[in-house]
Amino acid sequence: MVQPLQPWLIVLLAAGISCAVTTVLAALLIVAERYMVNYGTCTIDVNDGARQLEIDGGDTLLGSLKTEGIFIPSACGGRGTCSYCKVKVLEGGGALLPTEEPLLTAEEIADDLRVSCQIKVRNDLKILIPEELFAVRQYRGVVERISDLTYDIKELRIRLIEPDTLTFVGGQYIQLEAPAYGDNPEPVYRAYSMSNPPSDDQAVETIVRLVPGGICTTWVFQHLSEGDEVTLNGPYGDFRLSDSNREMIWIAGGSGMSPFWSMIRYMAEADIERKTTYFFGAVQRRDLFLLDELTELARKLPWFEFIPALSAPGEHDAWTGQTGLITEIVDRHISDGRELEGYLCGSAGMIEAAHDLLRTKGLTDDRVFYDKFN
Amino acid sequence: MIAELASSPLDGPLVMRLLVIFVSAAVTENILLTRFLGMCPFLSISRQMRSAFGMGLAVVFVTTCTVVINWALYAYVLKPLEPYGLPAESLKLILFIVVIAAFVQFMEMAIERISIRLYFALGIFLPLITVNCAILGASLFMVTHVSGRQFGGWDALLYGFGAGVGWFIAIMLLAGVRSRIKEDSVPAALRGPGITLIVAGIMAMAFVIFQGMIKL
Repeated sequence: MVQPLQPWLIVLLAAGISCAVTTVLAALLIVAERYMVNYGTCTIDVNDGARQLEIDGGDTLLGSLKTEGIFIPSACGGRGTCSYCKVKVLEGGGALLPTEEPLLTAEEIADDLRVSCQIKVRNDLKILIPEELFAVRQYRGVVERISDLTYDIKELRIRLIEPDTLTFVGGQYIQLEAPAYGDNPEPVYRAYSMSNPPSDDQAVETIVRLVPGGICTTWVFQHLSEGDEVTLNGPYGDFRLSDSNREMIWIAGGSGMSPFWSMIRYMAEADIERKTTYFFGAVQRRDLFLLDELTELARKLPWFEFIPALSAPGEHDAWTGQTGLITEIVDRHISDGRELEGYLCGSAGMIEAAHDLLRTKGLTDDRVFYDKFN
Repeated sequence: MIAELASSPLDGPLVMRLLVIFVSAAVTENILLTRFLGMCPFLSISRQMRSAFGMGLAVVFVTTCTVVINWALYAYVLKPLEPYGLPAESLKLILFIVVIAAFVQFMEMAIERISIRLYFALGIFLPLITVNCAILGASLFMVTHVSGRQFGGWDALLYGFGAGVGWFIAIMLLAGVRSRIKEDSVPAALRGPGITLIVAGIMAMAFVIFQGMIKL
């Protein structure tokens, strides 16, 4: 029969065994991490050798590109829900992941598109990204002005600090970072079209409409004040004036004003005398904004016509302008659209209705450009 | 046949003995429905058959492996030192948790390296398992069988496998029931967790009938 040990020896033994087991396991994990999670240096070939990136493997493609200063649009911050960050992966992407499947259509899969926040860089990759994304940078800026355009629409002006210049064309958008605040646990990015003309390249102006329950718009409306520092990246997007000289129809509603407010001032500055009719739809008088400025421009520029319309003017609005849904107004004004180009910006529902109407007017799909809000 | 074994469940030939241990762990002592361990993932991952399947497989795998590792730790380190006064009963709790946590970490890394598809089918459930008390429960109940009788490595393997399979059966049954529940026919106050707990309770009552079958 063995004799029990002294109490202090038992304590020592118990502690020793615990420490030994823990140490062995920790050592195993360290070794495993060293050999299994280490993917070494991987090369990402962007756009057929336009850039060669040498990076440490293991991070997501989206994150790896970001550390190299290439910003792929992403609204959800890499959580695999918004599906904006699609990138063409020619080689090395591996099999399609279950988390990507719901975000890609069959055509996109056949076209080698992948969701870049989901795939990890585990080996050398060859990818294709739109050329203009090379110009995308992260910017720090300070809020210079927040002013009310209507009861639920604000104009936001951000003066850029670092870098201090952003080169863009009218119609492009930036992504504004809403930091963690209140119930919002982590930063999210939301896209906003720039409303300032491209000549005003040391600032970003945009028009923000309050989305009830929206993370970023609530932050802009309730937490952001003049003098605050913000982070944004851009410019993104291919919504812009075409190279042709065709007559244009612009159709917008609400904060869909943004790109057109940029474009018209650009055209006025650059003397681009291209016949343009701008239809702007709202519900009541209180939903209209920039009315005086646009009317003044329309008076000065013979080639520009501005047609605001209210779908349900209130009794006290004393509205003498066009009344009806914006599609009805456009329908009344255009008879033959075969030589026109259409530019649409606003909610998905408005864009679809307007697009359908333009089709019936003879505008082919390649002459209709739009920027759809989600 | 099984009723006959019940008189002396572990005395038959090896294959019979292992079968008894397996069936007992999976059904009679179903870790979920007779002990109500591992309830959290049981309720939250059982909405769809597909994810319940992945979670269930992950539990089967981790339970089998950790019960064997913990058996070795107990049988070769803790139990031999018990006569010297080592508080094996208290130490096992700490050490088993550490082993499970390290093993899950290790498996997550290994699966991601070996097959990214397997990782997405199975691996994403692994972090949830570290805190699944059914896993720790299986190891602790295994010990109660070890003390006082011969319980070898094969026995432990089958016991762990059986406990995991028991959990797997339970979550698949629940997911099958839940996918057939029409939410709008359930009173508003009972929708979601409420009706799920009632279903789990009825399932547990049904499992009571296995109690008299085999007893380890």
